[in-house]
Amino acid sequence: MTEIVRLKNVHKWFGDNHVLKGVDLSVKKGEIVAIIGQSGSGKSTALRCMDHLEIINEGEISVCGHTFGAGISSSDLKSLRLDVGIVFQSYNLFPHLTVEQNITLAPRSVRKMPKQQARQIALDVLTQVGLADKLAFYPEQLSGGQQQRVAIARSLAMDPKLMLFDEVTSALDPQLTGEVLRVIEKLAAGGMTMVLVTHEMAFAMKLAHRIIFMFEGKIHEQGTADILRNPKTPELQQFVSNGL
Amino acid sequence: MNNDQILYLLQGAWGTVELSVLTFVFSAALGLAIALMRVSASQTLRGCAFGYINLIQGTPLLVIMGVCFYGPSILGFTETSPMFAAVLALTVHAAAFLGEIWRGCIESVPKNQWEAAECLGLNRIQRMFKVILPQALRIATPPTVGFMVQIVKNTSFASLVIGFAELSYNAKILNNSTFKPFLYFGVAAALYFVICYPLSWVSLKLERKLTVARDQG
Amino acid sequence: MTYQFDFSAVLQYWPLLLQGAETTLIMSFWSTVAGFAMGVVCAIARSSGTPVIRRVVGGYVEIIRNTPLIIQSYFLIFGLASVGLKMSIMAGAILALVINITAYTCEIVRAGIESVPRSQREAGECLGLSPLQVYWHVILSPALERVYPALTSQFVLLMLVTSLLSAVGTEDLFGISGNIQAMTFRNFEVFIVLWVMYLIMSALVRAMFALASRILFVRKRKLGTLL
Repeated sequence: MTEIVRLKNVHKWFGDNHVLKGVDLSVKKGEIVAIIGQSGSGKSTALRCMDHLEIINEGEISVCGHTFGAGISSSDLKSLRLDVGIVFQSYNLFPHLTVEQNITLAPRSVRKMPKQQARQIALDVLTQVGLADKLAFYPEQLSGGQQQRVAIARSLAMDPKLMLFDEVTSALDPQLTGEVLRVIEKLAAGGMTMVLVTHEMAFAMKLAHRIIFMFEGKIHEQGTADILRNPKTPELQQFVSNGL
Repeated sequence: MNNDQILYLLQGAWGTVELSVLTFVFSAALGLAIALMRVSASQTLRGCAFGYINLIQGTPLLVIMGVCFYGPSILGFTETSPMFAAVLALTVHAAAFLGEIWRGCIESVPKNQWEAAECLGLNRIQRMFKVILPQALRIATPPTVGFMVQIVKNTSFASLVIGFAELSYNAKILNNSTFKPFLYFGVAAALYFVICYPLSWVSLKLERKLTVARDQG
Repeated sequence: MTYQFDFSAVLQYWPLLLQGAETTLIMSFWSTVAGFAMGVVCAIARSSGTPVIRRVVGGYVEIIRNTPLIIQSYFLIFGLASVGLKMSIMAGAILALVINITAYTCEIVRAGIESVPRSQREAGECLGLSPLQVYWHVILSPALERVYPALTSQFVLLMLVTSLLSAVGTEDLFGISGNIQAMTFRNFEVFIVLWVMYLIMSALVRAMFALASRILFVRKRKLGTLL
């Protein structure tokens, strides 16, 4: 089975703050991995490092066949970004562009796709997330859940090999969380390799092949959904009981 | 450049400072009146102030200077001193801008301050002077100090139409006799910079302090 | 002493006045276009350039913003003439205006650029857009929309301040008004006529900018909201 993501002894400091203290992580093709932990445990940082949004201080990262450490060549970075799709907690849709323009921007500017072809792709991915009728809308006219689904569609339009989700439901009202989780489930059923940082324990247990619990910058425990039902370490036990 | 010339430029710089200080004092008074009119309950007062601001902001300062220099003789005053015309024109011009700046500052004091003052039983004038203006003053300090830089630069306009002997006028006179533009205008620029830059710097520092205080508050 | 107003003496020179107004508008137009383009470049340089570039552009901006336009114009135009570089009065005047307005535009646009949240930039980068593409599609469009009112005021002010360049001999509206004053001795009436003409021109320029904004900012036209 091909390895899509590999983190080897990754260290990251923010100033004096040692956020990642030697993280070793691997994700296989088609695998769905959920990363959980308290705020400050380093889970978002670890995820962002995979798309070179945070620059590591030590160690090596391999994503979709691209290997890099603290530095990365610009051509490597460009191919990395084409292979990886990332969805953020605050959706980060471009407010001055319509939904369609948000989605077709990258295919047209980066993949140099002709306008018609890009529009067709936009329609396809929007249908996948259930928002085909919102092509001409602006982000401010949509609810939070709809905006997040558009954000997912926008990443999908670039045909990535790996999808990263950074606490994508944390900013949403509880009623809107469900529609986003359903879209992610559908993606999973289609065989997409995914890494999710999430607070949604039930969702993680249902969907993920493997759950990773991070604590103070290191991977503390990992395994199937079982680790949440029968946590071995006291820290995970504490985390799970806090969640209830 | 010999000592006489340096002295001449410094005299010009003094003229610049004189004009700037006088303008600031008078335009502050007029500007405050304009700002208060802009936020008053009376539609007439609001309209007058609005008209004044747009009339002035849509006119070149040189034209205002011309009107102030040649106007008084029409009204029967036999002599218009350059100082009087310059300060009048600069005041009328600056008050329009200061009025707008200060109106913005008054309006950015949170609405609930007005409500709280009203519920305590203060009348409109008391609310304005005891509650709103003191707070608006704090917000207004950075842009006002910044605008003082503008006033100093605007005094240079008085060297044309009116022919007031401030720094730009004196520098031009020197250049007219001995053609050394880089020297005379370079030194003049440096003198302006020495007056203006500290004001710009203070304005920036005050703004940073205000933003920090607001974020923490 | 009663003064007899005589506007007709001034208004009979209306072809000359219109010619001056046209020159003013031409000077303003070219200064605006060049100043805006250069201002955006400087704003990008100051936001995203190397520390050296940032300091150089910053120094240039501070010098321009803390010295009066008239001294800048004298320094440039008479200075260049003194080293043998002769250019037409119009070219010199527009050059002085451009150098001046670029500094102010730079600061306005830079504020707009810095108001775009970093997360927007990240989203653009993660989609694979090149840094230039990110600037163009993600940063500049919303930035310019946000600072458009400030830019409008700035460029209206530019049109008014072209009157200053009459000091170096341009034949803009203010420049030729000096000739009319010499011919009629009706200085006060001339200034009143100038006042009215400049008011009309600034209203015209504002209207044009408002019209341009409706064409450029589609989202604002359709939804009526601010970014």
